[in-house]
Order: sequence, then structure tokens, then C-alpha cells
Amino acid sequence: MSQEILRIQKISGHAGSVPGEDTQRQYTVCKLIDTTTCIGCKACEVACMEWNDLPFGETVFGNTYQTMPETRWNYWNLILFNEHEREDGTLMWLMRKNQCMHCAEPGCLAACPADGAIVQYTNGIVDFQQANCIGCGYCITGCPFDIPKMNPKTNRVFKCTLCTDRVSEGLEPACIKSCPTGCLHFGSKVDMLDLAGKRAKQLREHSNFQNAGVYDPQGVGGTGVIYVLHDATKPEIYGGLPRDPHVPWTVKLWKGPLKWLGNVAMVGGLIGLFVHYLRFGPKAREDEDINPRGEKS
Amino acid sequence: MSPSELIIPHGHVLRYTLKERLTHWVAAGAYIYLLATGLAFWSPWLFWVAVILGGAPVSRMLHPWAGLIFFAAVWNMYVMWAPQMRHTDVDRAWWKAVRYYSTNQDDKMPPAGRYNAGQKFLFWGFFWSTVALLASGVVLWFPEHIPWNLRFLRYISVVAHPAAALFTIGLFLIHIYMGVFAERGAFGSVIRGDVSIAFAKRYHPGWYDEIVGGSSTPRK
Repeated sequence: MSQEILRIQKISGHAGSVPGEDTQRQYTVCKLIDTTTCIGCKACEVACMEWNDLPFGETVFGNTYQTMPETRWNYWNLILFNEHEREDGTLMWLMRKNQCMHCAEPGCLAACPADGAIVQYTNGIVDFQQANCIGCGYCITGCPFDIPKMNPKTNRVFKCTLCTDRVSEGLEPACIKSCPTGCLHFGSKVDMLDLAGKRAKQLREHSNFQNAGVYDPQGVGGTGVIYVLHDATKPEIYGGLPRDPHVPWTVKLWKGPLKWLGNVAMVGGLIGLFVHYLRFGPKAREDEDINPRGEKS
Repeated sequence: MSPSELIIPHGHVLRYTLKERLTHWVAAGAYIYLLATGLAFWSPWLFWVAVILGGAPVSRMLHPWAGLIFFAAVWNMYVMWAPQMRHTDVDRAWWKAVRYYSTNQDDKMPPAGRYNAGQKFLFWGFFWSTVALLASGVVLWFPEHIPWNLRFLRYISVVAHPAAALFTIGLFLIHIYMGVFAERGAFGSVIRGDVSIAFAKRYHPGWYDEIVGGSSTPRK
């Protein structure tokens, strides 16, 4: 995809203009995950660990394939296994590769107070810059997908980078390269939406998945990771994929109206007190007349 | 301390004991640090404040601890002062006349006690804000340990914490204005502890009556 130097189009906690805004036209990149052809082999998990040099994590055994309950600060890509009983009593074994969704309007970035700790490149990848991270964890609150995870030792937050290093060299992310069934695709957002739409149509017309569809939630401006789901009306059954994810409204309130109101009130208060002092001055000394100028009220 | 013991030589009267002054300055020091680092996280335009205070990660690390110190100091104030901060009829009359207070026509004010109604409002405003700041602050201290199904706690806290802080900033500005600029003698009283008897008589007549009433020979 993008072989140019990555430029930044959104930046967290930054006063002033954004370095890469409007300087470059790039394809918005996108990862397509077709859950209907995922076999849960976890090759993508292994590829992610290998490429990103992540350590092997301790696994849990709960009589399911779910050997790790959730992503971790050093485990960014995890297939969620879900047994789902349909209305006709038959069982579906749903597998969904879970990772950062690379939102077009990222809640993590909106919530982050640290200058340049979270950036969005012009190709749409949302990336954490741990060197600028201050460890506040606001991104954890901003994210509607529960993705950013904190390293308890260093208090820095990590997540999937969409293999920014590979993508900037024109390669696909490591997970895509490893997928044996071809359920993972990578390309421009336009192309991936087109491919996903065709696949969903095929499922609706040539199988009994009448509700098959594409998951590209508009509440966060669309995502850089989209899914084809057997039943797009029930994303929750895929391990709690939110139906209509939004940046929490309290985060928007905090970063929007409250910020403006607060700034106006603080500056206005300072000016008001200064003007009050100019107009009325200090109160009379205890040995002075209270009303030396004989002001009447 | 009985009222008459508050009278000290040379026409002065003890307004704040050493314990009260120490508590005040512990709170003040902690609050100013919290304000500076909090504002740095509040606005990108003020992020540099955290940088000069040792770097934003350090500020993030120490801000909650300073918050605990501030809470402890405010709690101590609560223990010391809560009985004196009760709202009275005089306070109701004081609020009705507040425009005279704010235009320095103090001769038209009802006789305030040791604390006037404005000071009581400041106290309770700070006290309840500090409780809210502590509750939301603990959530923001460890957001990664709040389970996903309790995430509403985080959502409430990210708004409640700055909102309560903004309220205290309003109180703080007025407090500094009154204590340092408007009311001469007030700043010295929280450093050295004493005010002149004339100050007490003029600005806290109810309190003055208490002291003098308890003393057989008020010294000028």
C-alpha cells in the first residue's frame, strides 16, 4: 500500500497544526476479516507475535479453544471463540479475530492528553507512540472496543499497530500473510468494502445466512478493520462486538463543551477579578473608614 | 481553647492556630501542584507545565498521590471546622446583602461570626468537590483495573473529575483574590496566625463579641 513516509493526519494532545494534515493523498488502508471462512487456527496470532517480537503469554485452560481470555499489552491479536445456539436449535461455532479496529474517529486519540502519544496516519492507521505516552490510561476509557492495554511495569499502553512498519514498506500486515484460508484480506478501504459487500451478497443469496452483512460501524466514522458476519444484525454474538460503537458521550462532553466552558470560565474569572480590583480595590483597612469616598448605594 | 485565650498582646487576637495554618498550607501546596499538573492534562496548550514539572509521566505518577495528601488535609479541615461552618440565620442575611460585601460596603453587612457565609460556602464547596475528586480520581488512577462491565464508572469519572476541578478553580480564584488582594490582613493571619482586634471587630463582629465577651479585660 503506502510506500511513502507515513504522515500524520490526527495527533493527540497537540497544540497547533497537525504535521501531515492535507499534505498528501493516500489510500485509506483496511483489513477485511471474513468470519465465515475463519477456521480458528490462530496462525494470525502466531504471526503477530513473531513479527512484533511479542513474548509467549501464559494460557488458561477452560475446556474451550479460548486459551487466552482477552488481548494483552503484549498480545494484540486474539481469536474469540463463541458457541452460539441459533433459533432452530443448531449450533454455530463463531470465530472472530479481535484486535484494534483502527477507527476513522478514534476514541483513544480523542481522550489522550499527551502530545503525540496517539497518531493517525494519512493512510488511516491509528498508532500509539509509547515514547510520548504518559500512562494515564484515558485511551482505555475512550476506546469502545476495549483494546488498549497497559503494561503494568512501564505504565505504557500498547495495541495492534496494523503492522505500520510492514505497511509503510508496501507489505501486508503479518496476520494477513499467515492466514491459510484467505479469510483475511488487506487493501484500500474502498476495495475491501467492495469485496466484503460481494461476499455478504454471496452469503445471502447462496447460503441460508439471510442476515449476512458487513460490519463497518459508522458511529466511529467507519473502521480500518471490517468484518463479514453471518448475521450482521447480531454482532454481539461474536464475543461482544458492539452493535453501534461510539466514543463514549462523556468523553465527547469532556473534550468538547466542558473544555470550552471551562476555559471561558477560567479566563473570564481571572479577568473579572482583575476588573473588580480596578473598580473597587481592596477592602478598607480596619483603622480606615469603610467608605472613604462617601459612595452611596 | 476558650475565647479569652485567643487574645494576645499588642491588640492582636489569634485567628488560626498552628495546626490550622499547617493544614491550610499542606492543602495549598498540594492543591497548587494538582492544579498545575491537572491543567497540563486538561489542555494541550498547557501541556508544557507538566514538562517543566519533571515530565508528563512524572506528573501523571505524582498527581494522584498529591491528591491523597490534599484529601487528607481537607478531611482534617472538616474535622477541625465543620461545626463552625454550619449555616445560620446570620448567613442567610449575609447572602441577601452580598452585593454590599462585593462592593466593599462592609458597614452594611450583618455581623459575621468567625467565618462569614462566603467563607462557609468556600469550605463546603471545596469539601464536597474534594470528595468527588477523590472518588473519580481513584477510578482514573487505575482505569485498566476497572472491569469492562463497570466501564460506566470511567465514563462518569472523566467528566466528573474535570467538572469538580473547574468548580474548585472558581472557588480557588475567589479565595486567592479575597485572601491576598481584597482583604488586607487576611494573608498575614494564615501565615502568623493573628489579626488585629480591630480587624476582628470589623469583619467578624460575631466572633469578636465571643472573644471579648469571654474576656474581662480586652486589650487594645
